[in-house]
This record gives sequence, structure tokens and C-alpha cells, in this order.
Amino acid sequence: MISVTGVLLSAVALWEIYKFVWTSLGWIKPIRPDDVVMPHTWDMVLELFQPVRRGGSLLILDLSTRSFWTLREALVGFVIGALVGFGLGVLFVRSSMAERAFMPYVVASQTVPILAIAPMVVVWGGRLSIPHWMSVSIIAAYLTFFPVAINTLRGLRSPDPNALELMRSYAAKPSDVLWKLQVPSALPYIFTALKVSATASIVGALIGELPAGFQSGLGRALLTFSQQFAVRSAKLYATVIICAMVGILFVAVVTLIEHRVIKETRELEGQA
Amino acid sequence: MSSLIVDARGVGKIFGSGEARVEALKGIDLSVDSGEFISLIGPSGCGKSTLLRLIADLATPTSGSLSVNAKTPHEARVDQDYGIVFQKATLLDWRTVTKNVELPLEIMDLDDTSTAGEMLDLVQLGEFADHYPWQLSGGMQQRVAIARALVFKPSLLLMDEPFGALDEMTRELMQQEVLRIWRETGTTIIFVTHSIPEAVFLSSRVVVMSRRPGRIAGVIETDLSYPRDEDTRESPAYYTKVTEVREALRRLEH
Amino acid sequence: MTFDPSERDAEILETKDTDFVTAFEGDTPAGTRTPSALRHRVKNLIPAGISFLVVMALWEGAIRVFDVEAFILPAPSLIIERFIATSDVVWGAGWNTFLEAAGGLIGGTMLGVGVAFATIRWAPVREGLMPVAVAANSVPIIALAPIANGMFSITSPVPKMAVVGVVVFFPVMINTTRGLLEVDADELELMRSYAATPREVMRRVRVPHALPYFFSAMKVVAVLSIVFAIVAEYFGGSQDVLGQYILNKASLFVFPDAWAGILVASILGVVLYAAVLLAERLVMPWHVSFRAVDAS
Repeated sequence: MISVTGVLLSAVALWEIYKFVWTSLGWIKPIRPDDVVMPHTWDMVLELFQPVRRGGSLLILDLSTRSFWTLREALVGFVIGALVGFGLGVLFVRSSMAERAFMPYVVASQTVPILAIAPMVVVWGGRLSIPHWMSVSIIAAYLTFFPVAINTLRGLRSPDPNALELMRSYAAKPSDVLWKLQVPSALPYIFTALKVSATASIVGALIGELPAGFQSGLGRALLTFSQQFAVRSAKLYATVIICAMVGILFVAVVTLIEHRVIKETRELEGQA
Repeated sequence: MSSLIVDARGVGKIFGSGEARVEALKGIDLSVDSGEFISLIGPSGCGKSTLLRLIADLATPTSGSLSVNAKTPHEARVDQDYGIVFQKATLLDWRTVTKNVELPLEIMDLDDTSTAGEMLDLVQLGEFADHYPWQLSGGMQQRVAIARALVFKPSLLLMDEPFGALDEMTRELMQQEVLRIWRETGTTIIFVTHSIPEAVFLSSRVVVMSRRPGRIAGVIETDLSYPRDEDTRESPAYYTKVTEVREALRRLEH
Repeated sequence: MTFDPSERDAEILETKDTDFVTAFEGDTPAGTRTPSALRHRVKNLIPAGISFLVVMALWEGAIRVFDVEAFILPAPSLIIERFIATSDVVWGAGWNTFLEAAGGLIGGTMLGVGVAFATIRWAPVREGLMPVAVAANSVPIIALAPIANGMFSITSPVPKMAVVGVVVFFPVMINTTRGLLEVDADELELMRSYAATPREVMRRVRVPHALPYFFSAMKVVAVLSIVFAIVAEYFGGSQDVLGQYILNKASLFVFPDAWAGILVASILGVVLYAAVLLAERLVMPWHVSFRAVDAS
């Protein structure tokens, strides 16, 4: 926590020092230090408490509503993607035939750069009468399921062969082997994938929100406020800060769940 | 030049401080003459590896005086007076066998790399010169490590449980190899092991060490004649010496 | 075998920094992967190629049989047709996007490697950067795209290169640092026994160790650089780039043309990825991934 604060403070200091030095010396390369391109850090924060537009609500309230919208899209996709990924992992570890039949398609699915074509996917979905938010969730799910499936499979295969033989010597049912040995060993792998996917699903949501006609999320706010950069750049900076916080929040929640789940598994094992 | 290769007087080593303070070695007196083959043996935690590492200047004594080739260990290390072999062969994956053996020569800026081939012949790996480490068995890798340690012709060879990871058969072969190399090169060898038969079979003197803090509990002269071979392992004199070392070690437990 | 911590020098253990490596645990270094051979891969390509052709044929057939409209899913033949018909425009846009991606890739890589070396030299740099690197993994970096547009000339490729550079920087920096640090303690002792200088240790032990980690990051970021160049283009700027091309065609519901743009994006991604593979093969022919080939 101290180091995070330290890093944050040094970033602010670097920003302000650069701005001061470059302004004093009249340098404009590589980045022009004026108040448009590089507003003061405190102005970015203060901007949050200004109305979005004349007579509108405060920026921070507007961005909060948008954050909830974006988080919801990302979360829906994230949960679906995680469940599908986990299911595929379990299926593949149980049936090598299923793995041979479907794994190539799971891998091939990643050759489509879904993130790069996210806006097209949303336009396309609109043409097929799929609601915008659902298209965005599908993109988030698509980004999530692959790492989760791969890491689940790897994790389920991670137990020592001796441990599997031990379970065999107990004549354990396949479901016991799965839930008492393989899944607990796979948890660290799964959560590693979930943390990567959490960020990816937020990015996917932001990009999916870019096409016109989609007014609710943070992604659209980035685009709208970037058009007002020359007038009030602090608004865009404030929005970027909120985006970063949303990303960190999502990953932090996943990490928190990870600690709870892994601690509980450890405790259960302790009792057994 | 003195014929005393290693001279330790009252050497001690303490790791950490306060609660975490561990006295690894205490009052070590040891002299090793040129051409000797010395084994350091003792229970794990007796500091035998630490003693070797002090001689190698990979760690510094906290008390006493230690000289290697009549110099400080630091000077001896900088002058490349010793070669060292670890339990792991520690070959660099990205270099061929020859390139691995030439590594110390490169670092010392010696342009003449002809000794590399010579050393590979010495460890009987000449035909594997262009292989990569992963293509060799554990025993062969360790032989490359020995060739690498000898390539700059040091007067002292330090070996830290070099055969600890090998199977028994390979181990006995390697022991013969080391004895042959020792005789052919005349290098002084200090050999850390926790195998009693290995210590007796190889060395001219076995140094028995006790645990926590590590001290020299006794020195046993193994006056079996050289060359030693498979028959030596079955001779009564050998058994007597093995028993003698075993009893010296057992006394430590009481 | 027993391991007694008191027999190990604390100074050497310190150089093995294990906490830091968790910062980028999403990626596996090539060194830990199971050995797979190039020839094996080539053999694997044959069934993959056949199954690709089969899928294409099924796709084409299904669209013809069920008379699927092109806006839902265009037939491969139609995509190829448009790809050829529009090749001037689409490759022109592709080239501009490629420049953005390659510029960001090179810049981000150089910066990442440079900082990685700095973190080895100065431990405080490492300690300061670690929380940033962890946070960077959870921040949607793409949100910087509109800011980059504001900072640099929006119509130039520079803001896109900047975004790609930031995306590339973190994985390269983290993996390279990890590789430079994860050196066997025995190897460091060996070098010490030769009285090797820190520069020698860097050149002969740390750098060769870091190469597999570096290349495993490069394989990831090579593909990401194209993706993020395109995504950055959605935030405005030149129209003659792939992202805008794909989005414009999709907005006009000319999906076959949009798919032709996607095809170009995929080809560019493969080109950059193949370049990294080639470089890897040239730089570290000794590596585990190529072993079965060398042995045969």
C-alpha cells in the first residue's frame, strides 16, 4: 500500500515537474506542456466535481453510472466465459476424445482478433437484432473463455501422478478425484487466467461501446470527451483515471475471491 | 613456494545474527599439502560445504586465518588457483561441451583454447565435443564439469559432493576416473562427501566433521596403496578403514 | 540429498527475487514448455491444413445451401473476391497500420529491455516499478489512446505507436527482468569462482538465460501490437488505416469488405509473429524447443 502511494505520488510529481521545467524552458518536444495537453493533476481530480455540461449532473456521478454499465457488461460476459472455459477444461480432462475433437477449434477461435473487430461485432449484432450490451458481453465472454479453458485443463492435469495413483488405490470415484484432487490443484491456475481475463473483458467492453448509437458506457465517454479535448482536456483525463480504477477494482475483486476460495480449500483440506 | 596448499587456523563462520544466528564452523585447523587427496565427511549441517566455500572464497570466514597457496582466498580466486565442481554439473545450456569447457579460458582472456580438447580427452569425452549438455547423461555432464574445472590447470581442485546425484554404478566409475585424473595431473583435491566408502576409497586423508557448530572431530589416514581399483574395494584393509570412519562418525552422535 | 540453508551464502540467495516474477504470471516462459519439435509441428500442420480446407468448404457450402445473406456471414469465396478487388485500398490501409504496430513494437521492446537491464543494476528501480507493473496488468491501457491522440498529432502514426509501445513495454520488461534474475545460484558461484566481472556474468549467464523469457513475451506482443494499433485507430485519426476501414465498411453493412480487412489484419499479425519465431531460431538455436530436430 505504501509503495502504491509512493508510485502514485512520484507519477504526479514527474508529471508536474515535466510540465514546470518544459514550460520554463519553452520546450514543446516530445509533449507540449500547456494546460490543454498536460493539465495539472489536481485539475483532473477537480474536474470530477464539475457538471458534465451546463446544467448537467456532476462528472463523477455521470462516470459512476457509466462505470456500472460497463462493469455489468464485462461481468456478464466474464461469468459466462469463465463457466464455459471451466466446463471445457473439465470435459477435455475427462474425455481425450472430446479434447481431440474440439481443442483445435478452441485454439482456432483465437486466430480471429476479436478485440480488433469488437466494434464490427457490435454493428453486426445490431443487424441481427442482438441488444448492444449483449454483443459487448459476448465479446467479453469470448475473450475470457480461452485462457480459462487452457489454464483449467493445465491445472486439472497438474497433480502429481503419485497423487492420482493414491486416489486410485482408494478406488475413488472420478467425481471424487475431480473435486477432491484435481479442482483444488487447478485453482491457482484458474485464478491466474481469471485475473488476465478480468482486464481483457473490461477492455473488450470499452472497445465494444465505441460504435455510434451507444451512449451508456465508459468507452463512449472516452470517445465523446476526446472530441472535447481542445476545450476541456481535464474531462478526458478524469475519465481515463476512472477507467483505470474500474480495471483495478475488477481485478482486485477477483483477487479477493481467489484468496477466500484458496483459503477455504486449504482449511477443508486441513480438517480432512 | 610452500608446499602447503591450504592452511586454516582457528577458522570460524557465523551466518546471520541475533535470533537467526547460526554458527556453522568453529575453530577449524586444517593443513593440506600439495598433491594430497582430502575428503571432508560429516552429517548434513556439519559445515563441510561451508568450509569448501570458504577456501573457494565464495564465502568469507568470520574468524581465524585461512590461506590458499600462501595467499588470501580472495587472491587465490582472482589468480585462478583452484577449479571447482558442484553437485550439479551447472553446464550452460546454450554452449556445446567444448564451449562449456572453454568458458573459464574466455573469462580469463586466454586465447589458447587447445587445453579444452586435451581436458575432454582426459575425461574421455573427446567424441562428444560438439554435443549440447542435454544430450549427455548425468555422469557425462559431471565429467564435462571436471574438465572445465581443470582446463586452466589449477593447482587445487575443489569438489562439493560431485557425485551425489549419480546412481551407484556411475558413481563408482566416476571415482575411478577422479583417481586416475588425480594421478595423471598431480592436482591437489579437496572432496566433500557424505558417503563413507567414497571418502575412504578416494582419499589419502579423511577429515571427519561434527555438527553445529562444525568442527574437525578427527582425521583418519587412509594408507591404502595406490593405484586403487575394484580389488581395493574388497580388501580387508579397506573394510577396516570404512569401519574406522563409521565409528568416528557414530561417536559424534553421543 | 539434504539441503542445509546454513551452507548457502545469503548474498547469493538474495539475487533470486521470487516475488517479482508473479507480476506477469499470465505468460509461461518458453523454457518451461514441453519440448516440441519443428518437424513435429510441420507434420501437425498437414492435418490442420486439411481441416482448415474442410471448414472453409463447409462454410462455403452452408452459405450457398441455406442462402445465408452476406451481412450475417459472407462466404469465403466472396471475402477472397473482395480481398482481391479492393487489394489496393485494403493493403494501403494495412501498410499504415503495420507501420504503427511495428513502430510501437520496436519502441516498446527497446524501452522494455532497457528498463529490465536497469532494474538488474539498481534494485530500487525494480522495487519502484513492481507495483506499477502489477497495476498495469489490471488497467485497460487502451484508455490512453484518446490521450495519446491529444498529446501528439492525431493524424500521424505517433499516438498509435505510443499506445502500442505502452502495451508492449510491460510484458517485455517483466519477462526480461524475470529471465535476467532467474539464474541458477550455482551458475553465479561458478562465475564467481572464475572471478568474473559483473559484465561477464551479464553477458555469459544472465542474457542467455533471459532470451527464452524475452522471446515468449515477444510472441505475445507481436500479435498484440497489430490488435492494439487497430483498436487505437477507433479513437480517431487518419482514415486510411485498417481499424477505420473495417469499422466504416461494417457501419455501411458491407461486411465482405470488412472481412477482407480482417484478413489483412490476420496476415499482418502472422507476419510479425513469424518474424519473432525466425529471430528466436537464429538467436538461440540451442533452445529446448528445437531439440528434437537437432537430435534427429
